[in-house]
Amino acid sequence: MSSFMEVKDLCVHYPIRGGFFNTVIDHVYAVDGVSMEFEKGKTYGLVGESGSGKSTTGKAIIGLEKITSGKIIYEGEDVTHQRRKRDSAYNRDIQMIFQDSQSSMNPRKRVLDIIAEPIRNFMNMTVQEERKRIIELLEIVGMSEEAMYKYPHQFSGGQRQRLGIARAVACNPKMIIADEPVSALDLSVQAQVLNFMKDIQNEYGLSYLFISHDLGVVRHMCDHISIMYKGRFVETGSKNEIFKDPRHIYTKRLLSAIPNIAPESRLERKHKRRQVEVDYKKEQHKYYDEDGKVYPLSSVSSNHSVAIGSIEKGGYESVENNS
Amino acid sequence: MKTSEEVLANNLKSSNEILKINHLRTSFRIKDSYYDAVDDVSLSLKENEVLAIVGESGCGKSTLATSIVGLHNPLNTKVTGEILYNGSNIVKLKEDDLNKIRGNDIGFIFQDPLSALNPLMRIGDQIEESLFFHTKLDEQQRKKRVLELLDQVGIINPKRVARQFSHQLSGGMRQRVMIAIAIACKPKIMIADEPTTALDVTIQAQILDLLLDLQAETNAGIILITHDLGVVAEVADRVAVMYAGQIIEIASVQELFNNPKHPYTRSLLNSIPQVERESEKLEVIQGIVPTLTKLSKHGCRFSPRIPWIDESKHEKEPQLHEISPGHFVRCTCWKNFHFDGEKGGSHL
Repeated sequence: MSSFMEVKDLCVHYPIRGGFFNTVIDHVYAVDGVSMEFEKGKTYGLVGESGSGKSTTGKAIIGLEKITSGKIIYEGEDVTHQRRKRDSAYNRDIQMIFQDSQSSMNPRKRVLDIIAEPIRNFMNMTVQEERKRIIELLEIVGMSEEAMYKYPHQFSGGQRQRLGIARAVACNPKMIIADEPVSALDLSVQAQVLNFMKDIQNEYGLSYLFISHDLGVVRHMCDHISIMYKGRFVETGSKNEIFKDPRHIYTKRLLSAIPNIAPESRLERKHKRRQVEVDYKKEQHKYYDEDGKVYPLSSVSSNHSVAIGSIEKGGYESVENNS
Repeated sequence: MKTSEEVLANNLKSSNEILKINHLRTSFRIKDSYYDAVDDVSLSLKENEVLAIVGESGCGKSTLATSIVGLHNPLNTKVTGEILYNGSNIVKLKEDDLNKIRGNDIGFIFQDPLSALNPLMRIGDQIEESLFFHTKLDEQQRKKRVLELLDQVGIINPKRVARQFSHQLSGGMRQRVMIAIAIACKPKIMIADEPTTALDVTIQAQILDLLLDLQAETNAGIILITHDLGVVAEVADRVAVMYAGQIIEIASVQELFNNPKHPYTRSLLNSIPQVERESEKLEVIQGIVPTLTKLSKHGCRFSPRIPWIDESKHEKEPQLHEISPGHFVRCTCWKNFHFDGEKGGSHL
């Protein structure tokens, strides 16, 4: 299946000002050349440590962040400069779920008005139709009609997160960017929200860009995973490729650090973790260029690319066709 | 470094209890009545042991921790029961006597180092503070010790960091500084309240390894409070699961993960996304943790979340029962608890 949306060589650089005339002296390369393709009904994971630029990537795609260079192509059209136009289809079809549900909702608005906002923006509905749609949406997220007249603070964290999802799906979007949607939630509530996100995906054929630092959750949710470091992808590939056959030292290190709920094997894991840490210190220079930047991606197989420099590349059979 | 045999035999081997909590009850005043956030908790901590306390938010884990070091305001909090340390009951101690123990015998690592560190004090001075109050070292020796401590927690350039302020450090570095403060006086007990929650996995692994290495040196007992069962499986020797202010299950780490009994523990374990069950649905626990004011005083507190289990299967006043040596479970409802079609039961 071909992709419906494409991000090409996305860059977001923030200027650092300083010196005598407050001129631009340098840039922070928050996102530095990221390319992705999105297919219908799939979930794409974006993983990285804090500060790696994963949230900025999400925000740049939806238009909350200015893009320095690069292109976003949506259904064959270049939408890079019309992401925030009120009447653009892009703006309607791409929605976002935020990490902190509390601060992403206006505390002075009722749930009714919060969920109705995208509907009022993008759809021509009468008041009755709008009401019906809202009740429908609340039903989808498993809440009763009375919730409409309450305020965000009257809900628990998990419920609020579900309201955030209801708002995001209000206009039948094609894709939802979920920025750490469950990292503020307790385990059982997290399970609830994740189950629910999968349900609506199956029902409406949504795509997700799932941004998270929790590899366990990403593994549960995603089909395709990209690992980010310093604004670039170090490795991108299908879930199995990444977890079973990680190639980049950074990915290996990240995977070895995930806690596992099997206490019997924890000493093995600890030794392995130490080993990887030693390898990381020793071989780090091979994986990053002189400025400590990540090399460009080169593909290992049809759905697995890794950022390895020229020295290492020889060791692998690098297939030239980039998927 | 602990060897594998040592870790596995830990709960059998060391019998030196350094902290004993008996029937601890911490109640907060809300309007005119008191509500129990920690309800009749009894625990003991042994030397060289990592005791993990897990539960969702609102279950009273942090309140328990802060009660141990007496951080509650007596105007609106009532703490009753006994916390026995070194022959004295911490609950009854006066502020002055408490200060002799806090930071000296008991170190506390807070969750959010940015708000726990003083933004106006240099890192070195903050670490030195507890040395100043609790030891007889002179200034030169203290300064030297500060650098040693920073080095010990794995900070690369101790001299520079000692002169910096907390905002200049990264999250992981700040947490290391917190640990340096906590271990400055070689405490017998370390209480770590969600020490790695705000950190990335790689840093989390480093901090946890660091805590264990330090423990191996000092033989301290660690109380680790966390909601992350993965972290528990990585470091704990014994685990206490809390729900709505009570301990509902307590067991060694192997026992708890391989043979959990209480419905709450089993549901929690089953709601973790796991490799073997990638595409399956995650287990969801109905309902939410009851808030303090809505807590029922009698009966099994977990019963509203497993309504399909008959009332008669619960105990009237649920107690902790020892079902195998060292494994305690509250209430009797676990005997009748099964997952739908028992799909999770086989591997648990």
